[in-house]
Amino acid sequence: MLLASLVASGVPASPQLPSLLAQADAPFYRPPIDWHAFAPELILLGWGALVTVVDIIGLERTRRFMAPLTGIGFLIAMIPVLTLWDADTTRVLFQGLVLDDAGNVVTEVVGGETVAVRDGIGAYIVDQYALVLKGLFLLSGYVIVLLSTNYMAEGDYHDSEYYQLISAAVLGMMVMTSARDLISIFVALELMSIPAYLMAAWRKRDLKSNEAGLKYMLMGVFASAIMLYGMSLLYGVAGDTRLAVIAESIGGESQAVLTLAVLFTIIGFGFKVSAVPFHTWAPDTYEGAPTPLTAFLAVASKAAGFVALVSIVLVAFPDRSDVVEPFMWVLAVATMTIGNLIALRQTNIVRMLAYSGVAQAGYILAPLAVYGTVPTSAQTAVVTYLVVYAAMNLGAFAVVIAAARKTRSGEIESFGGMLNYAPGLTAAMTVFLFSLAGIPPMGGWLAKWRVFSALLEADTTAGVALAVVAAVNTVFAAYYYLNVARHIWFMPAPDGDNSKVSVPPALTAALAITVVVTMAFGVSNLANVADFAPGVGDLAQP
Amino acid sequence: MSEFLLDWGITAMVFLPLVGALIMMVIPGSDEETHKTIALAATVATAVIGVLLLLDFDYDNTRTLQFAVDRSWIDVINARYFVALDGMSLPLVALTLLVVPLVIIYSWNHIPSPGNPKVFLILILVLHTGMLGTFVAQDLVLFFVFFEVVLLPMYFMIGVWGGEQRMYASIKFFLYTLFGSALMLVSFLALYWVTGSVTFSIPGLIEEVAANDIALSTQVLIFGGMFMGFGIKVPMFPFHTWLPDAHTQAPTQGSVILAAVLLKLGTYGFVRIALPILPEAAIEWAPWIGLLACIGIIYGALGCLAQTDMKRLIAFSSVAHMGYVMLGIATLTDFGINAAIFGMVAHGLITGMLFFIAGSVKDRYHTLEIKRLGGLLVQAPHMGWILGFTTMASLGLPGLAGFWGEFPAILAAYQPASGLDTTLFRVYMVVAAIGTVLAAAYLLWLLQRTAFGTPSEEFKDDPEIHDMVPTEYVAWIPLLILIVVLGFVPGLVFDVTNGPVTAVADALEAAGSAAAGTAIGE
Repeated sequence: MLLASLVASGVPASPQLPSLLAQADAPFYRPPIDWHAFAPELILLGWGALVTVVDIIGLERTRRFMAPLTGIGFLIAMIPVLTLWDADTTRVLFQGLVLDDAGNVVTEVVGGETVAVRDGIGAYIVDQYALVLKGLFLLSGYVIVLLSTNYMAEGDYHDSEYYQLISAAVLGMMVMTSARDLISIFVALELMSIPAYLMAAWRKRDLKSNEAGLKYMLMGVFASAIMLYGMSLLYGVAGDTRLAVIAESIGGESQAVLTLAVLFTIIGFGFKVSAVPFHTWAPDTYEGAPTPLTAFLAVASKAAGFVALVSIVLVAFPDRSDVVEPFMWVLAVATMTIGNLIALRQTNIVRMLAYSGVAQAGYILAPLAVYGTVPTSAQTAVVTYLVVYAAMNLGAFAVVIAAARKTRSGEIESFGGMLNYAPGLTAAMTVFLFSLAGIPPMGGWLAKWRVFSALLEADTTAGVALAVVAAVNTVFAAYYYLNVARHIWFMPAPDGDNSKVSVPPALTAALAITVVVTMAFGVSNLANVADFAPGVGDLAQP
Repeated sequence: MSEFLLDWGITAMVFLPLVGALIMMVIPGSDEETHKTIALAATVATAVIGVLLLLDFDYDNTRTLQFAVDRSWIDVINARYFVALDGMSLPLVALTLLVVPLVIIYSWNHIPSPGNPKVFLILILVLHTGMLGTFVAQDLVLFFVFFEVVLLPMYFMIGVWGGEQRMYASIKFFLYTLFGSALMLVSFLALYWVTGSVTFSIPGLIEEVAANDIALSTQVLIFGGMFMGFGIKVPMFPFHTWLPDAHTQAPTQGSVILAAVLLKLGTYGFVRIALPILPEAAIEWAPWIGLLACIGIIYGALGCLAQTDMKRLIAFSSVAHMGYVMLGIATLTDFGINAAIFGMVAHGLITGMLFFIAGSVKDRYHTLEIKRLGGLLVQAPHMGWILGFTTMASLGLPGLAGFWGEFPAILAAYQPASGLDTTLFRVYMVVAAIGTVLAAAYLLWLLQRTAFGTPSEEFKDDPEIHDMVPTEYVAWIPLLILIVVLGFVPGLVFDVTNGPVTAVADALEAAGSAAAGTAIGE
């Protein structure tokens, strides 16, 4: 009960233990719940349970329906996301209690029932920002299911359990988009991470997969520990776990304590988004894990890390850019440069995509280095980048999975001659590679444009310098993306084997979705969905 | 009809090639004739719409943006779909409309190894859309998108259908250009935020910069970013090294398009964007641009003299010729800029033609090594004479198109715009004049060693060596006619470009006198 009320209502304004205990004895006031706002998560939860039950009853007979069943669940959960988007109101859930001078909960009587008066600062907010990202995670989840369908069925892995875990992880991400509270964020993070640890080691007879899972788990737990320590410092300073309350309390705090708290919190997410120097797990995990799961880690899991980072930085530290910005600047420059340089030398396409993902994380971090001056632009740039990045990177993985059905290898050289035996896959891969490199008219350019635009809008030396570094980095990056394009277009097929690739319908659907989204962002007005006014920082306040 | 042209003319012209490419994508590649027909039909249809636009164009108001379409596009970044034609873009659009169909006709029986005409022609069509779009775009974001769209097809054309060193050449081409355009992008954005503009439209930004008092140092830096983007594309010394590689390795069609149109995207960027928007910075940069242009002229010419490969020689001659164009631009006068635009068109026709010939020579001799060639006039007399004619045009013989690009550019350096150092530009003038002598030297040397003399032992009885085939006649004759016509009636281009160029030059002159005025005042 204590934990429930902590999560649900946020803790009281005073950090002292006695008052905490006093509250445990106080009567519990049920917070009003907006079921519409909660519908996507609840549907996903219910559907996950349904899938589990079907599996328990049906066992082998229903196994082959698991993938489509899970996929349909994601699409159904999309419906309330769309209706919420259509309603266009910001919903603030789980607001804090108001205490009087004696420390008692202020109540009022509404309709014959005694309810607590709420302070308007929510721990869980459903706004445009959250909805765009919920949509992103549901669609990514759907594409991941499409990517996994044949891979899992043909590899004879435990597919039913796999899809249940995917649902759980996506649920964690959904919660993450709305969480504006340290504890909700932590719970969401673990809800999405723990299934991922399991799934990374899914090919359990393969040593590399075991290594992948173990490394990922150890690093992940380590990062969680550091982050929790940072969060505990924040709570100690602010006396509340709600981000907006933290923002009010830390304005005048000393640099030292705050720097430590901010640093530790951000380092924790640095692991999730594989920012240099916390990226070392990524290449090994990506290579060893089942490829669809790698796509999941590289796209959805990373995006969720960024979502948490944006929420924390913009909502909890809006006035402490003096502490956060320099740190983000260094992190962004190191991440994009080192990621790119190492990616240049990769010969395995999955490792190359892993390091390219590290470099891309650098671009996504960049706007956060100027969030103090241009918070809304920084937020918009990050979210736009995340959406476009998800489409193009998932697409690239889809092509890799499809081509590997023939080549049975992840070496870039093995993709030679694809132009001759699979022109469709070649065209799709070209779209994704050039989008990743940021060449118009593929969507990647718009994402980069928004990042550059935010950096230059800030009109600071640091911002301009970072923009120039990022511009030069795009040239490094183009080299290794073009290297893949070079093999699939210019090189002959290894051993002259020009037999066709059979691309199953699920993969074709995944490719179609990702190509359309990638192109649409580049040439149309679609990026409107990620244009926020007001921004997440404004919305957290009552 | 003219209603349609007003609203949809430019859009239809730009995107028709893309429609052709999309149709070709869904047709299986084995049916080669169909693909060639569709590609030709698409480019001819494009040209027809282009000609209708040209006929409907109001030549009394070359300064105004005509057939303008200004619609919202990507609202979130304030990018608009703003396309229009004026006297500055018209000659280059016309050049593109002419060259691409000729390239496709030439491709009828000249598909380079390893074949696959479907993909080859699709790439040319995408390229076509990119080039036309760049010339008509009046919004910086739209310009940037089209400017980059051409990278991709050219990369694949060089890489798949190129020569021995094609992979190196293609990636070099791509990375050089990308480096420039990445910095250009930063400049565009900096311009947008510094002026506090709510639009990326070029006319809008010209007003914004004029209305806001922006520090000269900032302007100079922003111009620097654009200079990298456009200068690499031109290419200017010292960023030219991608060009000889790309030209030499590219298939004939790629070389022709590269020389005829793609290089002009850079110089066009200078006259359309960099100079009008940032006139004060242009005055600061002009002496340096002039210097690099002169180095390019001499260096390109000397480079030509050192080449043993015919295609590589022509590529270096491009560096020299683009040097004249850049020198014309650097004078910042209406005379110089008019000459520069004429130079772009002339270079497009002449060097495009030279690359066609080089490609046909390569088809027959399977080599372009100058010392192994010789006696072209004996073995293929028509082609030999055309080579002779084109080299004459290229070295700037009066009466042919090359003259009107080169001579006025040199002349303009005698009296550059106010605010520029006259002595310095007169030195440039002398250097550039020496360059013409060198140009005569390397071009005549090329002609002498390939066309004159007797065929070498190696090729004397080679049955594959024959004179021109019909597709070559069809593809080349329009270019040859235009070289003569423009040589005799240069007014065809000058009359069109003069209006907008004068407008730009007046603004530059005003900025220059203002700067000179402050200098005296101090």
